[in-house]
Order: sequence, then C-alpha cells, then structure tokens
Amino acid sequence: MTAAGANGRFYASLGLLGGGYVVLILAMVVADLCYTTPDHWWAALQSHEIQYAIKLTLVSCLMTAVLSLWVAAPLGYLLSRTHFWGRSVLETILDIPIVLPPLVIGLSLLILFQTLPGKWMEETTANRLGFLVAYMAVPILAALFCWPILRTLSRGNKTALYLPAIALVVAVVLRMSGVGTSIAEVVQARYGTRITFQIPAVILAQFSVSCAFAVRTMRVTFDQISPRTEQVALTLGCTRSQAFWLIALPEARRGLVSAGTLAWARALGEFGPILVFAGATRMRTEVLSTTVFLELSVGRLEAAIAVSLLMVVVAVGVLLLMRTFGLRGGIA
Amino acid sequence: MILLDKVSIRQGAFRLDDVSLTVPTGRYGVLMGPTGCGKTSLLEAIAGLRPLVGGMIVLGERDVTRLTPGDRGVGYVPQDAALFRTMSVSNHLAFALNLRGERRSAVEQRVRELADWLAIAHLLNRRPHGLSGGEAQRVALGRALSFRPKYLLLDEPLSALDETTRGSIVDLLDALRKAGEVTVLHVTHSRAEAERLADVCFQLNNGTLTCA
Repeated sequence: MTAAGANGRFYASLGLLGGGYVVLILAMVVADLCYTTPDHWWAALQSHEIQYAIKLTLVSCLMTAVLSLWVAAPLGYLLSRTHFWGRSVLETILDIPIVLPPLVIGLSLLILFQTLPGKWMEETTANRLGFLVAYMAVPILAALFCWPILRTLSRGNKTALYLPAIALVVAVVLRMSGVGTSIAEVVQARYGTRITFQIPAVILAQFSVSCAFAVRTMRVTFDQISPRTEQVALTLGCTRSQAFWLIALPEARRGLVSAGTLAWARALGEFGPILVFAGATRMRTEVLSTTVFLELSVGRLEAAIAVSLLMVVVAVGVLLLMRTFGLRGGIA
Repeated sequence: MILLDKVSIRQGAFRLDDVSLTVPTGRYGVLMGPTGCGKTSLLEAIAGLRPLVGGMIVLGERDVTRLTPGDRGVGYVPQDAALFRTMSVSNHLAFALNLRGERRSAVEQRVRELADWLAIAHLLNRRPHGLSGGEAQRVALGRALSFRPKYLLLDEPLSALDETTRGSIVDLLDALRKAGEVTVLHVTHSRAEAERLADVCFQLNNGTLTCA
C-alpha cells in the first residue's frame, strides 16, 4: 500500500465519520422544509404573536450575549491569570449551569425570587427602577464618559480616583435641577416592572445558562494568550487594569466573538428555564422556542415547523454574520 | 547603576539565593549561564515581574525592590519579543509615550527617530504578524527604548535569529553601548556576543554568580 493511498483512506474514513453527522443535520432541516410550504411560512410571519416572539427573541438574545460577555471577560481573565484559594471550587460552581437540566435552572430561579432578597429585587424593579436609573446608572455612565476626557486633560494615571466624585456631583445636579425626577418618572412609567413572568425573567433565564458557556470560552481564550505581552506592558508603564484593557482584551477579540456567538446561540435555543421562570404568555414572554411549544400544544404542527425553520434561518444568518464580519482582519 | 544585593528568588522547586551583582552606570553587562540556571528569573526580578523572597534591587540611587514594574523605569526585551498582536509597529513605539501623556508631536518625533535608528521606518504601518524575527526584535527594542529608560534588560534577544540578522542587531546594541546613555543587562548564551558587547560579564552557575 502506498503512503498516498493510506493517507487517502485515512482522510476518507474521517470524512465518512464526520460526514454522517453533517448529513443527519441537513436531513432534519430538509425534512422540515418538505413538511412545510411557503403558505405556512407566510401565515406564521403574518401572525402578530409570532412577530412579537421574533422581536423579543432577537432583543433578549442580544441582551443575553452582551451581559454574558460583560461577565465572562473579567471572570475568564481572573480564572486564567490568577491563582487563589478556592479557585477549583469557583470553577465547579461556574459549571453548574452547564451540567444541570435547564428546567432545574428555571425552577431554581423561581424559588430564588420567592426568598427575601428575591422579593426585595422584584419590589425594587417594580417600584424604584426609575430612581435607581436616574441617581445611580446615569451618574455612573456620566462619570465613565468623562473619564477619558479627564485623563487626557490631566495627563495622569490616577484619574480613576475622580470617578466616584464625578458620579456624586452629577447625582446632586440631577437632584437639584429636577431633571433626575423627570428621568425617574419616565423610566419608571416605561420600564418599571416585576421580574418573574415578565420580560426580565426571559433575559435572566437565558443569561443564567448562556453565561456559563461564555465564561468557559473566555477562560480558554485567555489561557491561550501568553501573559508575556501584558508583563511587557507593565514594564512600559501600564497598570494591571490598563494591561487588561489595552493588551489582553484586544488580543482576545476572537474569543470574545466566539463567546458572544455561543451565548447568543445558546439563548436562542433556551426553552426549559424560560417556560418555568417567565411562563409562555403570548404577546408578553413568548420567544420563538416557546412559540414552537405553544403551536405544538394546540396541534398546529405546520406553524410549529415554520417557526422552527425560521429559527434555523435566523441562527444560521447571525452565526454567518458574526463569523464573517466579527473576525474580519482577525488576529492570528 | 544596576545593583542586586543578596537577591533570593523562589519559584516552585527552583530557588536562587543571595545573588549579588553590579553593573556600573552607562555600562553594558552581560549575564551568561546554562539553561535553567535562573538568568531570566533575575531579569524578571529586576523588571519587577517576579517577587523577591529576600535581598534588594537598586537602580541608580533608588531602591526599587517594592516598586511596580511601571514605576521602575526599566526597558525590557523578552526572548520572544512579545509584540502586541493588535497594534501596528508605530503604535508599539508610541505606546509607552502615550501612557505618559506625551504631546502628539513629541510622540511622532520620537517614533520617527527610533524608526530611523532601527531601520524599520518602512514597517511602521505593519502589524507584528508576518514580521521576520529580526524585524520583531528591532520593534521590541524600539518599544523598550521609546520612553528613554535609564536601564535596559535584554533576555536572549538574538537567540532565534540567523547569523546575518544577528550581526546587524549586535551592531545596534554596540551603538547603544558606545552611546553610554543606558545601563544594560543582557542575558545570552553566546560567547561571541559577550566578547563584542560586554563591559562587565557575569557567569551564573548552580546558583553562584561570578564575574567572568
């Protein structure tokens, strides 16, 4: 047997094994396509309930992906770069959402919001969200916005110390001028809501599971980036924080895109926790995965398949977009 | 002056005890020794990247033992150059100056000056990906010297280069030595490099440092 022949057979056997799985996926999609017609699609897209579910799905998945990255990047960096007592315990805790049945996550969230802290949070978002946004979120955002300007003007590295002072001044100005009260009233009227069985529950349920996958991805990403570049940055005058923001995070761009995509895709497919924690109320907490369940439960198989195919199209479209544009000019 | 006074380092099972050395101000020190004897650890300790378990490090007149790496004012060139993959060569040379809030015109002037001296002006818009080993080491050297440090630490910067490229970078280092503006500690395995560059030469063997 020649070496070329042996190599060919080796790759053919690999292709055969992997190809079987690819064929299975495609066969499922083709079977769905054969079962539905353009009329079913059109009817599904015309439905107000399904239009609402599409919008809520896209918004909640995007928010879940952003929140997951917001948590996963620092946590992954911490786990990768530091050694501290109890790190293995922390890693095990972070794996719980991955190994637990999704339904249990939903049930646990529901139970959590029956406890005192959970009830306090519900009461806060329902009655004091506007106040929190006007006098905490806005001042903090204003301080963060002013920070780079202040840094440029003062040419110093200690400007982080001014952040709380700026936030406090902004909060006082908002209070004295009455603008804060107006912001609080508008935000409270438009967005003040309880959490369980409302839209925030959809996002929290998706986030609880998706974030664990994003953390794992970011941990592996930072493990693969040599800490040497950050060390050099430290000798050049960076603080640890600057080395993270200016060196580690840009170098982790590929991992950020992967983690964000994974969190988004995981959120799209989430069903169990949403059903338990947010319910499946039409025009309120219905996302596409719950639409499939609701349509199936009333015997509308065609509509369920049309929505399933819609999910396939949306997922493939977003994944392709992320892979094409997210990694353009990517880092080797 | 770079002064190590009875410096002790631990890392897992590895230990280095009571190492002392002095590189006089403006001189070029070369540190030699077998692989794994702790040369890189010593350099990292001077740069502030590795904590000491004992002893003192003095740069000039200043005890820097407890200072952060950024406060020591030391330029550091690691063996693998460790360039920032997302930044252009120009940004590498400007990085430390921007951190210090230097004026844009001063930064641009310094970048041009370094690029001309290191013969990398044609690479200023390139990213590290695709640079040759010699080009990467020139960029790393420029980055380390950009903020005009008084001390420079070189960790086997020429070990992965071919003979011709190595020769051209040795010429650059020799020019640096002759200028005498920077006190250098250079780790190498090469006897030829040591003979060409060293004002003072140290040998580290089995935890004992001797003046060669």
